[in-house]
Parts: sequence; C-alpha cells; structure tokens
Amino acid sequence: MITASLMRRRSRMIVALLAIAIGATILSGLVTIYYDVPRQMGAEFRNYGANMIIAPVEEGFTDKAFEEGIACIADEDLVGATPYRYETVRIHEQPLMAAGTEFESAKKTSPYWLVDGDWPSSGFELMIGNNIAENLQIKPGETVSVRYEKESGDSEEVSNEVDFTVTGILSTGGSEEDYVYMALSDMEELTNEKGTLDLAELSVSGGSEKLNAYADKINSGAYGYDARLVKRVTASETTVLSKLQALVLLVTVIVLALTMICVATTMTAVVTERRREIGLRKAIGASDASIIKEFMGEGMMLGAVGGILGSFVGFLFAQAVSVNVFSSSISFRPLLVPITIIVSIAVTAIACLFPIRSATAVDPALVLKGE
Amino acid sequence: MSLLELKNVSKIYGELHALDDVSLAVEKGEWLAIMGPSGSGKSTMMNIIGCMDKPSKGEVLLDGVDIAKENAKNLTNIRRDKIGLIFQQFHLVNYLNALENVMLAQYYHSIPDEKEALEALERVGLLDRAKHLPSQLSGGEQQRVCVARALINHPEIILADEPTGNLDDSNEETVVELFRVLHEEGTTLIVVTHDPEVADVAQRKIVLRNGRIAKQTVNANFTGHIRFEV
Repeated sequence: MITASLMRRRSRMIVALLAIAIGATILSGLVTIYYDVPRQMGAEFRNYGANMIIAPVEEGFTDKAFEEGIACIADEDLVGATPYRYETVRIHEQPLMAAGTEFESAKKTSPYWLVDGDWPSSGFELMIGNNIAENLQIKPGETVSVRYEKESGDSEEVSNEVDFTVTGILSTGGSEEDYVYMALSDMEELTNEKGTLDLAELSVSGGSEKLNAYADKINSGAYGYDARLVKRVTASETTVLSKLQALVLLVTVIVLALTMICVATTMTAVVTERRREIGLRKAIGASDASIIKEFMGEGMMLGAVGGILGSFVGFLFAQAVSVNVFSSSISFRPLLVPITIIVSIAVTAIACLFPIRSATAVDPALVLKGE
Repeated sequence: MSLLELKNVSKIYGELHALDDVSLAVEKGEWLAIMGPSGSGKSTMMNIIGCMDKPSKGEVLLDGVDIAKENAKNLTNIRRDKIGLIFQQFHLVNYLNALENVMLAQYYHSIPDEKEALEALERVGLLDRAKHLPSQLSGGEQQRVCVARALINHPEIILADEPTGNLDDSNEETVVELFRVLHEEGTTLIVVTHDPEVADVAQRKIVLRNGRIAKQTVNANFTGHIRFEV
C-alpha cells in the first residue's frame, strides 16, 4: 500500500528524490576528491623536485647504507631516490665539480631539469651545466676529455683520464648549471673508487607528518647520514593542501546546507499539498506519532534511495573532475557508500523536522469545515 | 445510561457563544438528525462530539467518559476507537484506491485486513470498484467508500456531516438506505444535514439556532426509509 501510494505520487517524489540525489552526488564526489586531493596534489608537487635530502653526518656514506635507508620508505610513496657523489675533475684544464648520479632516478627527483640534447643513456656520456657549457664553448655531441687527479697521503698522485661524449646541456636556473653530470658507475671507474656517496635526494609522496615519520625512521637506523626535509617544499605543500581541503570541505558543507533547504522546501510543499489529507488521517485516528513516523519514514526512505544514487553518481562526478583537473583516475572508496547514505538520511531527517512539525499542527477538524 | 450525553455544554470564542448551555442525550442505537442554519453551532457540536474540540464549559460523556477532560492524545484514541466519520466532501485520499482508503482506517486502528475491508466494500455495494481510485468513482460511490471506511472499525457512533450534500437523489437514497441498515444493526447515527428529507428519516431531529437547541422532534412514523416530496 505504501509503495503503491509513493508510486502514484511519483512526480512529487521524483522532485524530492532528485534534490537529495544531487546533494548526495556532490557530497560523495567532493568527499572522494577531499580524500584524493593529497595523493593527486602530492603527485603534482613532486614535479617541483626532491623534498628530502640525505646528507652524511661526517664524510660520505656507503651505497649499501643508502639502499638500506630508502628501504624504510614504502614503495608506493617513494617517487625517486637519487644518489650523488661529487669529485673535482678537469675539462680543458679547467677544474670543475662533477656529480656522479643515476640519471633515471634524477629524472624523477628533478623533473624540472631542462636538457638541451639528450640525457646520458649509456657509458661515458656527460651532461654539462649551462654555465660550464657557455664558458668552455661545449656543445652536445662533442667529445671531451675528463681528467681526475687525487693526491694520496704519500703524495703519490692517482690520476686517470677518460673521454666522454656530451649528450646534453642542463638548464635549471640554479646552481646545477655549474656542475658536470656523469653516471655514478662512470665516476667510480674514473676515480677507481667504489661504493661511496656524498648526498642523496629523495622525492616522497605524502604530507609533512608522513615525511617526518619517514625521516625519523631513517635517522633511527644510524646509517651514517641524516635525512632532512626540504622545508620550503614540504611547508608550501602542506599549506596548499590544507587550504585546498578546507575549500572542498566548505563547499561540501554549503552543498549539504543547500540540499537540506531544498528538501525542507519540497517536504513543506508536500505537507501543504497534503494538509487536507493529514487532517483526514488525524480525524480517522492517526496520532501525532503516526504522522511523524509516516513523513519521517517517507523522508528517510527518499534519503536512503537518494544516498544510494548519489554515492555512485558522485563517484562518476569525482572521476570526471579528477580526469579533467588532475589527468588521473581515482579509486572507488566503498566506505563512502554507507557514509553518503547515512549522511543523506540524516540531512533528510533534519530537513523533514520543520515540515513534520507543521504536519502535526494540522487541525483534524478542518475536514468537517468543508475545506 | 445514554451513550452520549452533553450536559450544559458551551463553546465560547471571545464574545461569541458558538454553543450556549446545550444539553443533549443520545441513546445507544439511536438515529439523530441535527439541523440548523449556518452559524447555528452545528459544526462546533460536531467537533465536540467527534473529539476534535473541547467545550469551554460543561461535560460531554461518551460511554461514561468525560471527553471534555481528556488530553489531545486520548481524544485521538477515543475518536479512533469509538467514532466513524462521514464527510460531505468524502475526503478520500486521492492516490489510494477504494480498498486502500478503507484499510487506512484499519491501519490507524489496529492491523489492515484486506478481507475485512473487502467485506465492508461489499456491504456498500462496491466490491467490484475496490481497486479504483477516487477519481474513477462517482460522487455516490465515493460517499459509499467513505461509509465503508467509517464502519470498518465497528464504531459506537457514526457521525455524518452533510453526508448527502454533494449527492443526487438516487445516491442520496442509497446512502440513507445504508444508514437504515446500520441503524437496524444497532449502530448509533448522528447526522448533521441541511436536507429536511434526510433529517425526517431519523428517529429524532433537533434544530440548533444561535448555539441553542431551538426545536426537538421525535419521528412518530419512523421507518428509516426516505420519502421524497413530489
């Protein structure tokens, strides 16, 4: 009987249902985005470079210690970890600072590096900072001789000279333009010394709390180096994220309030429209509790159906926003379905309070007055 | 003891005495008609007897209980258990069919029982119209559904407010005939009407004027059958 009666009043019910479903869609969609923003924005922020630096406590650290340290970071959070070893070399008799690194990792931790030419991809290839290239008039494709000299304690010189092909010129607008970059393995061969590192740059996803936790975990390992956060990156990330999340939260609250007003208006219209019927129901014996139960039940049922519709449509909405704004898809959060349904029911129930109050105030005697 | 007894009942709105010191007793199984011009106090009396209003003064004893002293919740319960209402404008719920409209009264009273509701519709000759919506029924048929709804919970009193006001002669006769059958079965009927032909069918007729009972007539030739003046 109740289902049939709802079906026969479907046009009014559809209006109320649409209001709730749209509200639930926005709620579900924005909450999905709210929780996905850190991940999405985290990936965006990683384009600005490393946010954690590993620096030795005294002089250098081993590559083994480096591998053990980064193992503390979960794979899904570690965007990249780039080791660096610095040595002074001579090119065209000019003393220059050379950095031995792993280029594939460097692409991840320093995605903003602009390379004129190509990144080194095989042995004995060089990437030269723009300032050096300009000073020494070196262009991509040229072969240069790199000389390494080191004085040992007995004043015996260790020296080696190897030819490298310049594949690209590096522009960053920063101090990187004063360095010569070569593969770490090439530097080890040039210097005839293996397994030591001077620095490492890490790019890790997550907020400052997570990063601090990782840094603490690494530091507690006593690997002979300190992990430190790049404050200017992590602090600005945290600020932007919290502001963005606050904005999404504010919009969600406003949308919920608007939904509540919309549902309250619709339910008030329903009560006004059914005033004579409510009077009749009371005249034939309906108590206030029955009237409350019926309208609240109807409202909550609409809230539940609207919540179910909204939680799924909301995911599609969030997916569309994510794809268009962040160019990546988001994962479905099953927990949001019951939350959206419960919130929709609660919002509808609150929205029904005022209309129900006016429904219980209807005088049953109005049906005898020929109204 | 009378089923319904009004003792010196007044209903006062500011300066206006809608009912003014009215005393009336209705016996169990009696068929009473209440007449009177507009503003005579008929609606006020109906509201008070129907437990939808309380008097300013006096006692209203229904089955020995003074309803003037009951709270709104108890009045609802008394109305639900003891009174069946019939309205001039039928007041059927337009999105429920005839059967569901009858079952609605059961729903608030106890438990909806489709079989019993169908029997009530059969009594008013509408078994074949049970699944029709009010908009698919004629005025007479809607009033018969209203009668079925009023009697479904076996009330002590059936209170009818202008029950034939919107009906043609043929349907009026049908409804009055239903009242006669209910009266024969021992149901107490209180019918408010403007129609002298409907009032004359009753066992007793009172005429209200300015909130007082101006005239009271007992029908010596009571048959329960309507006689239309030619």
